[in-house]
Amino acid sequence: MNLLEVTNLSKQYGHDLLALQNISFSVQNGEFVAVIGPSGAGKSTLLRCINRMIDPTDGEVVFDGVQMSKLKKNELRMQRRKIGMIFQHYNLVSRLTVIENVLHGRLGYKSTFAGIVSHYGKDEKKQAFEIIEMLGLTEQVYKRCDQLSGGQKQRVGIARALIQNPRMMLCDEPIASLDPSASKVIMDYLRNISTKLGITCLVNLHQVDVALNYADRIIGVNKGKIVYDGPPNLTPEEVYMIYGSAAGDLIFDVGGQHAS
Amino acid sequence: MNYLDSLEALRTQFPSYKSGVTLHNYSIKKVTKASIVMRITLLSLVILTVYGFYTFDYKDIRIIDAITQALTTFKTMFTQPRFNHFNFGQGVYQVAVTLGLTFLTTLIGAFIALFLGLFAAQNLSSTVVSNAIKSFVAVIRAIDTVLWVLIFAVAAGLGSVAAVIGMTFHTIGYLIKAYSESFEELDPGVIEALRGSGANWWQIVFQAVIPSSATSLLSWTFMRFEINYAVAVAMGAAAGAGGIGFELFMAGNHYYDLREVGLITYFILSVAIVLELVSIRLKLRLNTH
Amino acid sequence: MRVEALVKKRKYNVIFFAVLLILTLTSIVLTEFDAAKGITSIPRAIRWATSNFYPDIKSLEKIPRIWIKLRETIFLSIAATTMAAICAAFLALLGSKTTRVNRLLGAASRGISSIFRNIPLTAWALILLLSFGQSSLTGFFALFFFNFGFLARAFVDTIDEVSSDGVEALQAAGATYFQIIFQAVIPTCLPQMISWILFMIETNIRSATLIGILTGTGIGFIFELYYKSFQYHVASLVVIFIIISVLVIEFISNYVRRVIL
Repeated sequence: MNLLEVTNLSKQYGHDLLALQNISFSVQNGEFVAVIGPSGAGKSTLLRCINRMIDPTDGEVVFDGVQMSKLKKNELRMQRRKIGMIFQHYNLVSRLTVIENVLHGRLGYKSTFAGIVSHYGKDEKKQAFEIIEMLGLTEQVYKRCDQLSGGQKQRVGIARALIQNPRMMLCDEPIASLDPSASKVIMDYLRNISTKLGITCLVNLHQVDVALNYADRIIGVNKGKIVYDGPPNLTPEEVYMIYGSAAGDLIFDVGGQHAS
Repeated sequence: MNYLDSLEALRTQFPSYKSGVTLHNYSIKKVTKASIVMRITLLSLVILTVYGFYTFDYKDIRIIDAITQALTTFKTMFTQPRFNHFNFGQGVYQVAVTLGLTFLTTLIGAFIALFLGLFAAQNLSSTVVSNAIKSFVAVIRAIDTVLWVLIFAVAAGLGSVAAVIGMTFHTIGYLIKAYSESFEELDPGVIEALRGSGANWWQIVFQAVIPSSATSLLSWTFMRFEINYAVAVAMGAAAGAGGIGFELFMAGNHYYDLREVGLITYFILSVAIVLELVSIRLKLRLNTH
Repeated sequence: MRVEALVKKRKYNVIFFAVLLILTLTSIVLTEFDAAKGITSIPRAIRWATSNFYPDIKSLEKIPRIWIKLRETIFLSIAATTMAAICAAFLALLGSKTTRVNRLLGAASRGISSIFRNIPLTAWALILLLSFGQSSLTGFFALFFFNFGFLARAFVDTIDEVSSDGVEALQAAGATYFQIIFQAVIPTCLPQMISWILFMIETNIRSATLIGILTGTGIGFIFELYYKSFQYHVASLVVIFIIISVLVIEFISNYVRRVIL
């Protein structure tokens, strides 16, 4: 059975701005899928329609056998726990420490009151420290997040998502604000999370070369429509199809990579 | 299927994993100076507030009665506003007088503050001059406009002259601080580059400093315009400067005419809201350009 | 093209300054402002102030009386700000785009705060004077209502500006509304909010003079008492007390801001 099933998904802003048009695809358990496309193609909207951070105008998302649109507020929260989310701007609470931010991933499992007073169980804290250690942030545990580098912040974001014990990770441009070396570290982590932990990853990427290097499968989006869905060996023509006229430099990149 | 079981297997896969680093103490709170100061501040505010309520001079007012009475008063004021001592045209005229006072004091104040602000900015002036102006200005701002107006009133008599001078005085104090801080935010490289090309101080000011801080100067000036509107109302009521504030004072303190107080409040409120909307739109436009 | 743009710019400038000039002249006529009298009154005011407006030995006897009123005013300012801040925080949660319950309540909350802050303090004082007379409560409620509107707006801006990222992340993790408020909104916004509260206390002590004059309470009342009875030495002492207390409070709040922001 597919972990995620998206059928005829559409999202309309205002009267005539169609951000997504009849998007359909499915993702199997453990897959690493990269969604690529030019900026403004609707990648972010697509990701947010899956966990209903944005409510789609039309169509259906079935995650882990549950129809997302039917869920009431509390059921939606329960379902969201199973989906970790990584953001371009990390979306950490920057005045809090690394450990406090990581533990925020557990809030969905707690009563409102326990969450308000930051009452976490011993095993939760232990897990948090283990994940932090795994991501190489041990020395930063008690640092405030606004004192971290971009790469470190994104690792905190990953830790916060992992401690949710998710079935799937939605990553919205996770490396768009990072330098190349930090980008590589983050992509390596995500790839390992998918391979070793069996967590499905759906990653929005702007960079074709990164997508080709890491993904099992590529979904190309342009102007709110899926224009490519298949294995990560795109021809320059296919890249052109996804990126339109903005593809000039990208095609060159891809060509170079195939040559090497 | 819990992935945490496979953590061990995963660890070796991660480049940054350092074996031997273990944390036995799973504490998640860390006390910092900032959090302590924040708590002390909040706690003192609460204590001072409670203590304040004990010491207030309540005269012989019974609070519950007074509040019920206030509610009835509000109801009369705002549901049955009516003209009694003047008509709509005169109301508009009085609002115009108040706006005139606002405009005049803001404009003169801004003009003078622009020059003094240059000398108060650390990066454009000497430290001694800058500090001298800034401390003087801090004292000016510490006193409410009404006191300045009353002080000038001894020499000029109560009325619009004292109000304009006093309000201008306070406006200058406020704007010098705001302007000089805007100037100080200027990129030091720009000044250096112009100085390197042989520009003199006035050229630097007019070619670099004022053009690049114009946006923030304008938005501070509009903000002060809004403040001065409220001050102009106050000066009408408390220092005989005329305008809608004076009418409000007469209606409230002389005729005890609730309906007219309500009506005048509506006049004042609607102008203030228009000013706020204009200022928000201007700020948006300035920021996008 | 370039020359045309320059000409256009010049044209704009001419229009701009012409409008300013017309508005200035209109304002002078409307307010009956006598510029000559205004300018000559400045040196006269300075001369008068240097020869009369300073505390003398005899005026020092009044210090205890002044101190009582000053203390009352300071407590009034703090109490009004604190109470207003508590109420404003709730209104701001309803009014901010990131934390509002729904659009309708959001708009209503913004409208309420707009009305409260756009009625000037003077109007609040005169309105409340009719019900509460010359008691501290008049000043308290006047400051409270105005601060409530002002702080609600400031808090909404703060929440909108700084907390939307963290809020989005916690929503995605399945946190409840109140968990999000306490774990994301409050930690990010509290320092900024405290800074606004301190700013408001400073402002209030200044405005308390005005309110005191209008309502016959606190430090404003005692200033007017001596001012109207021509005891300028004591009146100047009151002014000095106000300056000192504002500067001290400014100093404390600058310290707090430096540490927490």
